[in-house]
Amino acid sequence: MKHPTPKATRHVNQNEGLIFEKSSPGKAAWKLPPLDVPDVDSAKLLGASERKDLGNMPEVSEIEIIRHFTRLSTWNYAIDLGMYPLGSCTMKYNPRVNEVVARLEGIANGHPYQPEKISQGALRIIKTLSDCLIEITGMEAITLQPAAGAHGELTGLLMARAYHESKGNPRKKVLIPDSAHGTNPATAAMVGYAVENLKSNARGMVEVSALEAQMNEDVAALMLTNPNTLGVFEQEIDKIAKILHAKGGLLYMDGANMNALVGKVRPGDFGVDVMHLNLHKTFSTPHGGGGPGSGPVAVKRALEQFLPTPVVITKPDGTLGFEYNRPQSVGRVRSFYGNFGMFVRALAYILANGPDGLRQTTEDAVLNANYIRKGLEGVYDLPYSTPSMHEVVFSDRVQAKKGVKTMDIAKRLIDYGFHPYTTAFPLIVPGALMIEPTESEDKTELDLFVDAMKSIAQEVEEDPQIVLDAPHSTRVSRLDETAAARKPVLRWKPA
Amino acid sequence: MRYLPKSPTDREAMLKAIGARSIDDLFAPIPAEYRLNRDLKVPRQMAESEIVDWFGQRSKENGIEYTSFLGAGAYMHYRPVIIDALISRGEFLTAYTPYQAEISQGTLQAIFEFQTMICELTGMEVANASMYDGSTAAAEAAMMAVRVTGRNSVVVAKSLHPEYREVLATYAYHQGMPLASAGFTDSGRLDLKELEKAIGPDTACVLMQSPNFFGTVEDVAAVADIAHKRGALLVVSIAEAVSLGIVEPPRQADIVAMEAQSFGVPVGFGGPYCGVIATKEKFVRQMPGRLAGQTTDRNGKRGFVLTLATREQHIRREKATSNICTNQALVALMVNIFMTVYGKIGLRELAKQNLAKAAFAAEQFGKHARVLFAGAPRFNEFVVQTSEDPYVINSRLLGHKIVGGLPLKKFYPELGHAALWCCTEMTTRTAIDTAAGMLAESEAEEPRGEQAVEEVAR
Repeated sequence: MKHPTPKATRHVNQNEGLIFEKSSPGKAAWKLPPLDVPDVDSAKLLGASERKDLGNMPEVSEIEIIRHFTRLSTWNYAIDLGMYPLGSCTMKYNPRVNEVVARLEGIANGHPYQPEKISQGALRIIKTLSDCLIEITGMEAITLQPAAGAHGELTGLLMARAYHESKGNPRKKVLIPDSAHGTNPATAAMVGYAVENLKSNARGMVEVSALEAQMNEDVAALMLTNPNTLGVFEQEIDKIAKILHAKGGLLYMDGANMNALVGKVRPGDFGVDVMHLNLHKTFSTPHGGGGPGSGPVAVKRALEQFLPTPVVITKPDGTLGFEYNRPQSVGRVRSFYGNFGMFVRALAYILANGPDGLRQTTEDAVLNANYIRKGLEGVYDLPYSTPSMHEVVFSDRVQAKKGVKTMDIAKRLIDYGFHPYTTAFPLIVPGALMIEPTESEDKTELDLFVDAMKSIAQEVEEDPQIVLDAPHSTRVSRLDETAAARKPVLRWKPA
Repeated sequence: MRYLPKSPTDREAMLKAIGARSIDDLFAPIPAEYRLNRDLKVPRQMAESEIVDWFGQRSKENGIEYTSFLGAGAYMHYRPVIIDALISRGEFLTAYTPYQAEISQGTLQAIFEFQTMICELTGMEVANASMYDGSTAAAEAAMMAVRVTGRNSVVVAKSLHPEYREVLATYAYHQGMPLASAGFTDSGRLDLKELEKAIGPDTACVLMQSPNFFGTVEDVAAVADIAHKRGALLVVSIAEAVSLGIVEPPRQADIVAMEAQSFGVPVGFGGPYCGVIATKEKFVRQMPGRLAGQTTDRNGKRGFVLTLATREQHIRREKATSNICTNQALVALMVNIFMTVYGKIGLRELAKQNLAKAAFAAEQFGKHARVLFAGAPRFNEFVVQTSEDPYVINSRLLGHKIVGGLPLKKFYPELGHAALWCCTEMTTRTAIDTAAGMLAESEAEEPRGEQAVEEVAR
């Protein structure tokens, strides 16, 4: 197993080059219709601004493009192939009907500036999704404009800042637990807040006494992920909210882990003032190799006036429209209205589920995580024994004694046919293995995963090298990331 | 629920294995007073056929069968069918960010090709794997210029897309990043005298768009000279990517912040689109967003990884170049496939058709109304000034299933009764003739005085 078999690497499918390496003059994959207006002399029209040459852009035929990208696609792992338990990423099934409805003529081809009179379908989609998300979160108003989770964080904190400014003092800092996603502190910095770290307690939760000690009138907000990145529900959430509110601070919830809560509990009910959702996590829009996402921000009434412009309103005649005149708005965070195509998919997901389906989904997600936890407890170190919700975090403490780290175990998992879990996060767990199965896995797949993880643990004991050298089954073996960063090659150049 | 792969027996067996009496045990950590003991008030569970039908109705309410002359940052170009055929492959659609390189080579190699083609087209040396859209790319590029120069203010061209300017203002407000602006001349180009005056010792960059919001191709070299002489960078925003097929790219720029929607991405009521930042190699470590780089595996075989992650939030936290995490990978793949289909020759031919259609339309419209900014070259958009309010004209056109140009009153009241019209390769001569004819009719008649006008374009 140490070296891939020669046959596999010689196969043409496994050696697809760069598209530029297939290019040669005269090949084409395009054909334009004849021009129905007089042709123009571009040199005359553009003068010195005329472009004469497009450099090394490729010239290839259609079949070559189909084969090129199809071959490349086969080098990817995907949810469609198997379990993808990346913690905090919520890699659930992406329903195909979502893709179909997003491509309907009026939905795919509507122009953002077309008259409202002929945009009622799009506006109805935005309104219906907004209403559903407000109900799901227990909040009171929403914007769908942010393009991703981190963009939602930015929008939410901008609104928090505007809220404090309207009260005469923007305040100086944002509290962030040490278990938080890196986007939280990066966002706070973008909004001009100093970041103050909040230590977790031995149970992996916010230490309420520490929060009490750190909370004062300089604190604009606490950014809390709930369940947090350990997959633990902040059981003292009522106290946390009270401490913040007593000093005029706001409770911001990072909704990255909302898949643990939908239909079971609503953040608006437990004191959250502003939160973002990730439609590409909880609401099944495809991750597509890293995006697009969509990060709606839901708020309580006290923050509604600060929502980005425009907002969708119902006009006196019952039709829907955009309202731009909102003097206290934080302004616009993106052109047009956000990633509309993702709204369509998220709404299709909600409609396919209904209230019963959404609740069952959450229950299954939590059931799956706990089933894995039970299966691997004792095999891998569980640094926090606090009950898990939708994900479970182990550490490589046992395996590290043999020189095997979480990343090595992750790479070996690839040989067993699974995508690895999230490695080395959250930061409060050294050598973390963060596993989020989602509701989309059946019992058999979970059993296979547990078996694989147990088998790797055994390999670590008996023959750690096999784990250290993994993966063995992939087209390429472990890639040299250090070399890539030291002397970056970020584009192809002709020889 | 049809997406859930468990039978009631499976669930029972799993609960038993866990040692839980019921599913409620697993939700015990949530304080009882907050647990939701009712159904969410969302629509009932629908069958797939009902979902298709519901969205089908919405689609019909959304202006199908209209011919549109709208552009202004969202362009209707033909999308080769192989784009959707390829991006619908589950291996692309349902994969995550390529953190595990060995099983993400498809996505990574595609990003590497994307970065290469963006460099070729923009004349820059490095490009990232995408940003949310053109507006946020422009704002992030301005912030990048602040980091590079150690200066903190930005001079923005008024001919930059108004919504891009709004986004920049939102981003800038809390960063201590003052914004100054420079207007445009009768040719539609950036007013260089105003620009000279607006640049100060604290100016980190000049941010302009070319072709600009009016469709006018800017004299990038002249602006670059002025900016560089004063120690500021030049950031050029490109909203209409197809222009790169026939308009000289802004090679003199230090940063290009573009919107690649024109390259095979549905207009889709405004998103998802595909922003990109490209720049010079020397600035790469200040560039936000993900980057794919080439490397080798243990056997010396070529492969690709995400690289230079030390700029990013998951490593640097509050000291990161940006908070960006999720990008627009699948949309970037659409762009990638589009660029590959048209390639070196096709992109130029495509751009030339756009040029020809717009030139023809401007000529026809110019017979009856005033086409502004005649003194400089334009790509596929142009501004038409009429004696009648363009909202009134558009209202009439709409009755003929034509969506007229974007009235500019909201963004540029100083231009009076002006509208921004766009023609792409999809705009037929028939549509141009019809619109020109109706424009002629309305301009020939006496002003009809105040009329009840429906809101027809924002």
